[in-house]
Amino acid sequence: MNDVAWLDAALIGARPQAVAALLRYFRDLDTAEEAFQEACLRALRHWPVNGPPRDPAAWLILVGRNAAVDAVRRRTKHEPLPPDELLSDLEDSEAALVERLDSDDYRDDILRLLFVCCHPDLPPTQQIALALRIVSGLTVPQIARAFLVSEAALEQRITRAKARVAKAGVPFEAPGAPERAKRVAAVAATIYLLFNEGYSATGETGELRSQLCAEAIRLARLLLRLFPTEPEIMGLTALLLVQHARAAARLDAAGEIVLLEDQDRSRWNRAMIDEGLALLDKALRHAQPGPYQVQAAIAALHARAARSEDTDWTQIELLYAALEALQPSPVVTLNRAVATWKLRGAAAALELIEPLAPRLSAYFHFHGVRGALLAQLERHEEAREAFNRAIALANGPAEAAHIRARLDQLGRGSGS
Amino acid sequence: MLYAILCYHREDVVCGWSAEDDDAVMRRLAAVQEEIARTGRLGPVARLMPTTAATTLRKDRDPPLVVDGPFAETKEQLLGFYIVACASLDEALDTARKLAAANPGGAYELRPVALYRPSGLPA
Repeated sequence: MNDVAWLDAALIGARPQAVAALLRYFRDLDTAEEAFQEACLRALRHWPVNGPPRDPAAWLILVGRNAAVDAVRRRTKHEPLPPDELLSDLEDSEAALVERLDSDDYRDDILRLLFVCCHPDLPPTQQIALALRIVSGLTVPQIARAFLVSEAALEQRITRAKARVAKAGVPFEAPGAPERAKRVAAVAATIYLLFNEGYSATGETGELRSQLCAEAIRLARLLLRLFPTEPEIMGLTALLLVQHARAAARLDAAGEIVLLEDQDRSRWNRAMIDEGLALLDKALRHAQPGPYQVQAAIAALHARAARSEDTDWTQIELLYAALEALQPSPVVTLNRAVATWKLRGAAAALELIEPLAPRLSAYFHFHGVRGALLAQLERHEEAREAFNRAIALANGPAEAAHIRARLDQLGRGSGS
Repeated sequence: MLYAILCYHREDVVCGWSAEDDDAVMRRLAAVQEEIARTGRLGPVARLMPTTAATTLRKDRDPPLVVDGPFAETKEQLLGFYIVACASLDEALDTARKLAAANPGGAYELRPVALYRPSGLPA
């Protein structure tokens, strides 16, 4: 890994913990974010020269805190703190801070931060957008993609959420047990979206962003320890584990996407799948189905199939129908259509997805699936058109390359 | 005599390891295990999933009560165990020290085994 990639990985990885700790210190989202950004700038200057610190998060918290305090003092014309280059006891301070980070006090800073972002005064869309921006440090375009909304709309959503948090005087303490239970659904949704953002990333950035998936799993386990009897949190954790278990098989040596049915299943992470299956078993015992449990059950059916042809598509179609009933969404219908395709052919699947066109016209996977269905039905011109629209909407080079390969096959198949 | 070496650590710390950190710890532990195995003293070795995957059957009532989570909420959790043949407590402590050097943090509880019934259960 080159210097820049290493630095990026370290900064992305340390961000949730660092911002959470800075927020606890400053009790203001903008100040905490600015302090973190300043610390990152200093890290970019220092780390390549002095080598990486033992604990990047602790370094960023300490330097960010000093920088922000310094800025406040400068504004109030007090003596500035010495620049961090001159801090001779940085090593000692870092060690002391690491000690405190390890203490119970700091253990669930990130979770506390998520709960703050998921304050009931904020509408759910703002809660999630804010949490993704603040906790994971995703850029506005990345979050907009996760929400299927424009960047301008998303930017406005985050600005409003910040203003509202400031105005409401949101307490920066972890809420008590009854309040936590109310917010847990929003926190779960945030963790889920955080995971998805890491999951859909591909290529070199994908390697770095798989940290987002690991972070989401860590947070889900933490949440489950706070709510050990909540079947949906078991379902969420199971879902993330089983999905992430396939990470190594999802891209080939050239960085091209490998479809689920073509993946080398020996490269799936068995330990993660087993943990996911164990959690799903625990959840099912409660007999309180929910969207995360259903999705985890679908992922589990794929994970349990030793070969792609062993996949239980009948069960998968039923589960997608159950998911549609629990949580209607055109994306879920699109997924059900894939199961329908396996069971009853491309024509039946195409019939199911055609009505989704107005709502999914800007969705890469819609055009990808539609193109594949049309290609199988030998409607080559329409398939080509669908694939071209998919390429235009691709998130990154790997997705585009995958569709281009389908287009090439189309050319060969039709003999044109 | 057989000793169980019960491994306790904070699972939020262990679950926070990156894949690389985790692999590095497991490689170092494997080297120590190999060393013990060469002396013919190493029995079964197990690493347990996080306590979030645990279910507890409370059998102090009838019918027993099934509850989610580990038996006890503790600061450090039981995350795995070794069965090792040791001539004395000193030898058991010596073995535990070698494992500890490969994986610092947390604690090992050394507990003599009263009954041991190895099975042919495949790994």
